[in-house]
Amino acid sequence: MNNQEEQKEIPENYEKIVNKINKIFSTAIIEKKFERGELTLTIKPQFLIPLAEFLKEESDLKFNFLSDICAVHFPKEKEFEVVYNLYSIIFHHRVRLKVKIKEGESITSLTRVWAAANWLEREVYDLSGITFDGHPDLKRIFLPNDWKGHPLRKDYPLSGKEK
Amino acid sequence: MRKTYLEHTKEIIMNMGPQHPSTHGVLRIKLWLDGETVVKSEPMIGYLHRGIEKLAEYRTYTQFMPITDRLDYVAAASNNLAWVQAVEKLMEIEVPRRADFIRVIITELMRIANHLVWLGTQANDIGAVTVLLYCFREREEILDIFEMFCGARLTLNAFRIGGLAHDIPVGFKEKVKNFIERFPKYIDDYERLLSENRIWLKRTKNVGIINAEEAINLGLSGPSLRASGVKWDIRKSNPYAVYDELEFDIPTGEVGDVYDRYKVRIEEMRQSIRIIKQALEQMPNGEIRAKVPRIIKPPPGEIYHSIEAPKGELGFYIVSDGSTMPYRVKIRAPSFVNLQALSKMIEGHLVADIVAIIGSIDIVLGEIDR
Amino acid sequence: MNIFVDYILIPIIKILFIITFVFVAVLILIWLERRFQGFIQSRLGPNRVGPQGILQSIADALKLLTKEDVVPHQVDKFIFNLSPIIVFVTALVVFAFIPFGTDLTLFGKKISLYLADLNVGLLFIIGFNSIGVFGIILGGWAAKSKYPLLGSLRSASQMISYEVALIMSLVSVLFFTRSLSLVEIVKAQQEMKVWFAFIQPVALFIFFVAGVAESNRLPFDLPEAESELVGGFHTEYSGMKFAFYFVAEFAHILFFSALVTILFFGGWLRPFPNVSWLSFLDYIPPVFWFLGKLAFFVFLFMWMRATWPRYRYDQLEMISWKWLIPLALANIFITGFIVILVK
Repeated sequence: MNNQEEQKEIPENYEKIVNKINKIFSTAIIEKKFERGELTLTIKPQFLIPLAEFLKEESDLKFNFLSDICAVHFPKEKEFEVVYNLYSIIFHHRVRLKVKIKEGESITSLTRVWAAANWLEREVYDLSGITFDGHPDLKRIFLPNDWKGHPLRKDYPLSGKEK
Repeated sequence: MRKTYLEHTKEIIMNMGPQHPSTHGVLRIKLWLDGETVVKSEPMIGYLHRGIEKLAEYRTYTQFMPITDRLDYVAAASNNLAWVQAVEKLMEIEVPRRADFIRVIITELMRIANHLVWLGTQANDIGAVTVLLYCFREREEILDIFEMFCGARLTLNAFRIGGLAHDIPVGFKEKVKNFIERFPKYIDDYERLLSENRIWLKRTKNVGIINAEEAINLGLSGPSLRASGVKWDIRKSNPYAVYDELEFDIPTGEVGDVYDRYKVRIEEMRQSIRIIKQALEQMPNGEIRAKVPRIIKPPPGEIYHSIEAPKGELGFYIVSDGSTMPYRVKIRAPSFVNLQALSKMIEGHLVADIVAIIGSIDIVLGEIDR
Repeated sequence: MNIFVDYILIPIIKILFIITFVFVAVLILIWLERRFQGFIQSRLGPNRVGPQGILQSIADALKLLTKEDVVPHQVDKFIFNLSPIIVFVTALVVFAFIPFGTDLTLFGKKISLYLADLNVGLLFIIGFNSIGVFGIILGGWAAKSKYPLLGSLRSASQMISYEVALIMSLVSVLFFTRSLSLVEIVKAQQEMKVWFAFIQPVALFIFFVAGVAESNRLPFDLPEAESELVGGFHTEYSGMKFAFYFVAEFAHILFFSALVTILFFGGWLRPFPNVSWLSFLDYIPPVFWFLGKLAFFVFLFMWMRATWPRYRYDQLEMISWKWLIPLALANIFITGFIVILVK
């Protein structure tokens, strides 16, 4: 959970990434954090696709590898954090993008930027219940198709709901 | 014009699995076939889903470690390493050098064991039944080494947060040295049986090709990606443990077919032997565990740490809220993302090629379904 | 009395003998293959049941006999029951024409070591063997399930392709014999004082490869490729019907080994008949020479199974149509040419 954290000094190469983003999308970044060697940027949902494409194509950044998509549920604030871990095979640097959405909201799908997002987003939909707009085939991946509920939410009990 | 009979044929939908001798676990693939050619395919998973990520939120960091063994059960020590290093990164603990060297030795032995299982099952699927037995004979020796180290053969639970549980026993170094001296000859044996064999070449060359750009876009990682020509290995690009002090090469392929993936993994086995040899020589004396508090309570924050597991990039994303149990654990399983590439690879191929291609991606359902 | 003995008693004894021989040989072969493959694979085969595990095959046979015969309800019952019988019968019948050695003299009677010697023997044998293909195709079809269907389609195309190659390779051998009778072929090798393997090596190679393909053995065993199609055409069979398919496969191994011995390696003739200081070998009855050579080829079959991977079925077809058949044709022309020149 994001409480008051010491804003550590961001090293130069990571500062460069933030500056490049700010030059084009000046209002996209809500919060930036650098701790334990990792850069985390919380961005506004409407900037997700343009920023993702920018990060993938920009010649100095080249984040061409989508490592992971994850969703974290915060029931007290009734919101989800969708976390995207990106990696550049060419420059070996990582960045983490976070998007906060309210429960029940949906978010745009990244499948047209990275094809790897296909199953990763299906998993998030299956286990946390977040819908991705524009996903080619959004259906459950682990649980049977007629399952009710989304187990990774914090209000779902560990031993399941008995019918 | 008269309608010919051929226009009335349609594709048959055939199901492969979940019980099938060659799908390496409970994997179901729905195939749309035109004769024996695959027109479309859809892998369906979830038969081994055990809710491990949910379970992690109700276990302490130390209690979760044996559960990571069961993810990729063929190469259990890699999962342990990724978890333990992720927690250490979160808590900013520095592990003593001796422990790091021993971790490298165990992990590289595990890589060899994993590739032996892959080679045996892949050869068996294509029909060379003898190679399976030979690979498992060598794997027995490796499992004996593990049993000497931590008492278990398969699900090792080998490491602890901060280092190791206990130091290596007397005779361990000699046993490992003995093994790595004899092993390259065995790899030569497998190569002699398969690499130049006409039948093997015909079954594996130009089968299941995927080019580098598509592979990166699909999230493919590990030996399958390197076979397509991308020279990326996390041990070299973002080194962890003591890999930056050891010398080794990264084998790559050119075409990205089943044969290249085979060659890459065979070469990786040789490189692992090289790493183990150097690690044995350079291992310092010293402590094997850092000063770690009794109760593991990482500060609030998050971390994503990934390692080069034998199957690809294995990553753990941990969100901590300051208590003894993680708030959220996300496991980035390499086989899960690699399996997405399967549909692309088997398009246009025959049914007989499917088993060869599945074998070459090297999946294990434990980490796909978690 | 003579008629009774000559035409009824002796043939019946021969029939019983052949049937026993085939069954016992198949049982021994199954055990031998498992042991032998085990040794190649650095493990022991069955070694518990009986001394060295010899009784294992009998135990398996008993098990299969007493197993419940599961018949899925959607199958075409008549063809489902008929197919194993076709395969089994054709595999067995062809042994009637194989000569095991020269004539024996027992109780003052000259007994020939074959049941019948047609003067079109070779043609009849190959033809009868081809009928066995029907058993495989119908077996997969009758089961009305996708996997056996795929298996039988594959085997149909495989069998047809290799039949052609098989027969063509035989034609070049026939240039040197005057008849199609198997006994005559061996006698021709005796007259020419050279085994056909040395004057027709190409034909030998083609025949052997085609024989392996016809009997569905690795590297050509796609119709029953366990790792791809679970069981291929015999997925839905259990119990005794499955045993029929199994026995027929091993009978085919025996059959093709026997044919190779007779056609190319002199049948029951002893090696080096011209070398005089080896004439003590004449005391060994010809039957043993025949069986010895047969055993060698059976060993080759098993060795290949343990070593090589499996061909994909379209690559298999290509081998037959693009390589074996043109090679056989070329061989026929060249041999004919040379024979005419020599004569």
